[in-house]
Amino acid sequence: MSGPSPASAPDAILLRTSINGDAVSVAVEPHHTLLEVLRYQLDLIGSKQGCDKGDCGACTVQIDGKPALACLTLAVHAEGRAVTTVEGLGDAHGGCHPLQDAFDRHDAAQCGFCTPGILMSADSLLRRNPRPVSRDEVREALAGNLCRCTGYTKILDAVVDASEVMHGHGSDDAKKEVAQ
Amino acid sequence: MLRLPRFGVQTPDTLEDAVAALAQPGARLVAGGTDILPNLKHRLDQPPVLVSLSRVASLREIREEDGNLVIGAGVTLTEIAEHDRVRALFPSVAYAAGVIASPLIRNMGTLGGNVNLDTRCRYVNQTHFWRTAIGGCLKSEGDVCHVVPKGRICVAAMSSDLVPVLGSLGSTLVNQGPDGPRELPLLDYYGADGTAHIKREPGEVTREVRIPLPSTPTRARYAKWTVRKSIDFPLVSVAINVQLASDSVDAEVTGVSVVVGVLGSKPRVVTRLDEVIGRKLSDATVAHTVATRVHAQCKPLENVPYEAPYRRQMIRVFAQRAIEEMVAEG
Ligand SMILES: Cc1cc2nc3c(=O)[nH]c(=O)nc-3n(C[C@H](O)[C@H](O)[C@H](O)COP(=O)(O)OP(=O)(O)OC[C@H]3O[C@@H](n4cnc5c(N)ncnc54)[C@H](O)[C@@H]3O)c2cc1C
Ligand code: SF4
Repeated sequence: MSGPSPASAPDAILLRTSINGDAVSVAVEPHHTLLEVLRYQLDLIGSKQGCDKGDCGACTVQIDGKPALACLTLAVHAEGRAVTTVEGLGDAHGGCHPLQDAFDRHDAAQCGFCTPGILMSADSLLRRNPRPVSRDEVREALAGNLCRCTGYTKILDAVVDASEVMHGHGSDDAKKEVAQ
Repeated sequence: MLRLPRFGVQTPDTLEDAVAALAQPGARLVAGGTDILPNLKHRLDQPPVLVSLSRVASLREIREEDGNLVIGAGVTLTEIAEHDRVRALFPSVAYAAGVIASPLIRNMGTLGGNVNLDTRCRYVNQTHFWRTAIGGCLKSEGDVCHVVPKGRICVAAMSSDLVPVLGSLGSTLVNQGPDGPRELPLLDYYGADGTAHIKREPGEVTREVRIPLPSTPTRARYAKWTVRKSIDFPLVSVAINVQLASDSVDAEVTGVSVVVGVLGSKPRVVTRLDEVIGRKLSDATVAHTVATRVHAQCKPLENVPYEAPYRRQMIRVFAQRAIEEMVAEG
């Protein structure tokens, strides 16, 4: 990769990465963000383009399991890393992650724009904690994801419920759903 | 949608290669990208090439060496906040790292980016469209300052949470340049001109910050106030480090260091604190005297949101409370 002169357009770079478990090779513009590559080159439009400058968290994905902002990640920084987007969240759970079921039960998505980012932050929290999580832990883990509709209450309910379901507890509704 | 300007990216594997790549005209460094990328999206600069530190593994260590805790420039804010030795030795550092921005940004942002953070101002951290609608300013497209209208230099705010804390602990900074490493007191790294507040020599890359291990018992604290409890940059930022004759809040104060951020473009070291030396930390006059000095010497400007007079009052309140909390904790 040689340094371009300001006058000429810098060359595209071949990015080799893993996205939702699939090995991906894609030519990317060096000034493109991971979010732009996901949405506009790979058609993975689950991650949302909100403020585009790190304030809102709608673009949250996981990089090597840790939640990060795709809008402030250069695409080339994903080289050799494992990226997970909301599209890959349910893969290990046969399609729907317990968090997604819980968001459905609790009406935790209203307009839904923040939901993919919140799910990715919440999933990372649940994977870090091998036990049901407390509301305060959820609050802290979601402190970088803004929601303008729900007032957060239903989101907190849903994440706590999902973590209980995953550890064999959970609300009556959840138990019914899991039993079906 | 905020698009980045076109640039090339290079991803060297070693610090030496990063220093060499930085010699290209106009090249800039990117680490976590959480400061430079929003600024480039806002067209505050248009570098032809970014030199990425993402693959320089040697910058990612925390170690103890020669009586210092050494934190590499590539260590993330989350790693600093959660690191056992940092928490045990320097709780104010772990705390400050843990209240920066949001968990997402702390997973990405690095120490090197934090100590080299650009200054911030309500008139400049805006879109290009917004800024040019008011004719720009000294730090962007114009030739006036909207904060100090007759001012000749930019007074945009030094907004790092870690700089005041690391400064209060007597830390040094090591920059690696084309001629080798250069170590300097962290607080000497900052100057008063907000368009160029960092005294980084051409081609230098910050390698690490060294925090001297305390030689006496200490109590240290960082007070940050923001409107929201997450995401926001500090509006009040006060770091306090107190040295004690023995490990008790009833012991005599043998030294005290107070560094305040978010005033002008460099952190302010509060002076004339000698008068509390020799008093017990638990003596209520200590908190009061320190807070009075802080209030007298620290004059916030209208460079960040929230009225400067309110912030000035709050600096006093937060400084006093910080010491009272040290005492209450014992
Ligand atoms: C929404 C939001 C909220 C924020 N809130 C806070 C906050 O509350 N407190 C706070 O302190 N910061 C805050 N930040 C700023 C930023 O996230 C942090 O300061 C972070 O530590 C910057 O590190 P980085 O690695 O992302 O820096 P980058 O963006 O990669 O770099 C920042 C600057 O430092 C230079 N640089 C990077 N590494 C080096 C190096 N090793 N040597 C020399 N120069 C280097 C770059 O060239 C650039 O000029 C916030 C940012 C956002 C987007
Ligand atoms: S302090 Fe003045 S010159 Fe500096 S960024 Fe703000 S308005 Fe511009």
